[in-house]
Amino acid sequence: MSNTTPKRHLPDRLDSPLKAAFFSWPSLLLAVAVSIFIINSFASPYFLSPWALSDATFNFTEKAIIALAMALLIISGEIDISVAGIIAISSTMMGVALQFGADTPTLVIVGMLTGLICGAFNGALVTKLGLPSIVVTIGTMSLFRGISFIILGDKAYKGYPESFAYFGQGYVYWVISFEFVLFLGLALVYYVLLHKTNFGRYIYAIGNNPIAAQFSGVRVARVKFVLFCLTGIMAGVAAVLLTSRLGSTRPSIARGWELEVITMVVLGGINILGGSGTIQGTVIAAFIMGLVTFGLGLLNVPGIVMSIIIGALLIGVIALPTLLNMLRERLKK
Amino acid sequence: MKNLLKSREFWLATGIIAIIFGVTLRAPGFARFSNLADIFNNTSMLIILALGQMVVILTRSIDLSMAANLALSGMIVALINAAYPQFPIPLLMLIASLCGLALGAFNGILVWKLNIPAIVVTLGTLTIFRGTIFLLAGGQWVNASELSDGFIQMTRYNFLGMPLLSWFAILIVMAFFLFMTRTPTGRNLYAIGVNPTASVYAGINVGKAKFISFCISGLMSGFCGFLWVSRYVIGSVEVANGYELTIIAACVIGGISIAGGVGTVVGTILGALFLGIINSALPVINISPFWQMAISGSAIILAVILNARGARSKGRLILKQKSTAENGGKT
Repeated sequence: MSNTTPKRHLPDRLDSPLKAAFFSWPSLLLAVAVSIFIINSFASPYFLSPWALSDATFNFTEKAIIALAMALLIISGEIDISVAGIIAISSTMMGVALQFGADTPTLVIVGMLTGLICGAFNGALVTKLGLPSIVVTIGTMSLFRGISFIILGDKAYKGYPESFAYFGQGYVYWVISFEFVLFLGLALVYYVLLHKTNFGRYIYAIGNNPIAAQFSGVRVARVKFVLFCLTGIMAGVAAVLLTSRLGSTRPSIARGWELEVITMVVLGGINILGGSGTIQGTVIAAFIMGLVTFGLGLLNVPGIVMSIIIGALLIGVIALPTLLNMLRERLKK
Repeated sequence: MKNLLKSREFWLATGIIAIIFGVTLRAPGFARFSNLADIFNNTSMLIILALGQMVVILTRSIDLSMAANLALSGMIVALINAAYPQFPIPLLMLIASLCGLALGAFNGILVWKLNIPAIVVTLGTLTIFRGTIFLLAGGQWVNASELSDGFIQMTRYNFLGMPLLSWFAILIVMAFFLFMTRTPTGRNLYAIGVNPTASVYAGINVGKAKFISFCISGLMSGFCGFLWVSRYVIGSVEVANGYELTIIAACVIGGISIAGGVGTVVGTILGALFLGIINSALPVINISPFWQMAISGSAIILAVILNARGARSKGRLILKQKSTAENGGKT
């Protein structure tokens, strides 16, 4: 069994940066993304139109925005399954605010603030009480969505102001939607945060060994708490975008998204056990999921069938390095 | 006596009795035996599934694909039944169980041989299974008019005053109890969860035991697939959608530690019953069913907090690290 687990070893000589970049996870993903893109453009004549491609971005940007923060959280060794629940409660709170005659900026603030509060609640349960995040957030997932069910029942909030529609339906320039620009902007922010700051290094340190990180002076609990808050805010942002795009709030909004977001992150090469992964990978994985879904949609393949491909992709890309390793070991013998 | 007071099962049982008592004050019929038997019957499948999940969680894994496995196995037998109504029903039950077992074994092989974390494997197979249902049925539902009467009556058939569904649950509970407490394999599952490294030194094949646990959870899912279609008289892609998290919730409330190695059959049953009783109590005391989700969410959080109190100190985290445990003996 030992030959199937990646060993940690210190090589005498590092691979050249070019070679390392070529064989890295993001480049593998990029190759997958490009091939999907090319296959799609051959498969359907409608794929390459700018408006079609622009539409394609809508079905993954909201999830991808959450995936950015989730990536950091998973690298630190925690997970948040309640993100879809946070979207539901944030959207509901925006609906409540609407009943009190809130204007567009207030709605946005309410949505993001609700997300932040929910994230902080998760964070407090995990870091202050030392509970395992996977079960805590399964609990808060039901709790948050449950609160929206209590408030809304089988009704829905409608009638959001026209200016509010811009977030989910507006275009910044020509076919480039506001959602897409926001996603790219946030991706840049998260890239810098994870890969260029001390805070980002702390996240890796915590994911690899929380106790060693603690002894090295990293405030583990505080970093994790911040990451939960960030995930909460991102879910709040996604709630604003989604509510604006749909123009209504129901308690069943965004149901099942938690697993899709996590799939995106894991597909992006982030180790579910924590400690490694990149933002680039997550962003490319988001594109892959978006392209697969949209390309197959153009070919009239129903959404549920695409999930087979996404699922196979998820297991496939993770199994691939291990399988290659096993093959290499066998050839050596 | 002191042990009894400390045990989680005791307090959970007390809590459940208190809820039944409280609800009965408002609605006198609630504690009647027939009603309680009804609640048990409604919770039967959750109990069976939670026991399957328990075995997996004990070994520090998790199976998110149970509900999808259930739906797929159920759909397969529903399709067979719709096409060949004469096909013997017990054989259908066997087919559903074997199908579930095969799907579970697929998860298990990936976890065992490729060393992919269970949560990733089952997240992937969850979507694959759901998609397969759609392909098999061509996006159609199998509804009541297409299913044979014998199939539908299977879970309703009354035997010694209780529907067969309840009896299935009772039999499986007994089997699990014997398996977990009286067989070496069952004890090994605990050992692996508590300390994988020590288990390797003790001669337990950790990977294989995980494989077995996935086979068990798959088997239970497949069997429940049959029961589900028979009971709710529907086969569709949406069957038991999102139920995987309810199953885990039942386990957590029942005191199964997500870190592995801690949990009992009795606790799991009580955890499932707790959710079942809340579900049926709410309408009786005139609380809108929309409260149900928030209440079970709060119950999960509360249960985790209680679990953590009983758990060992934080030093345990060191052992939880990744695969060091699995290959401990050999590197």
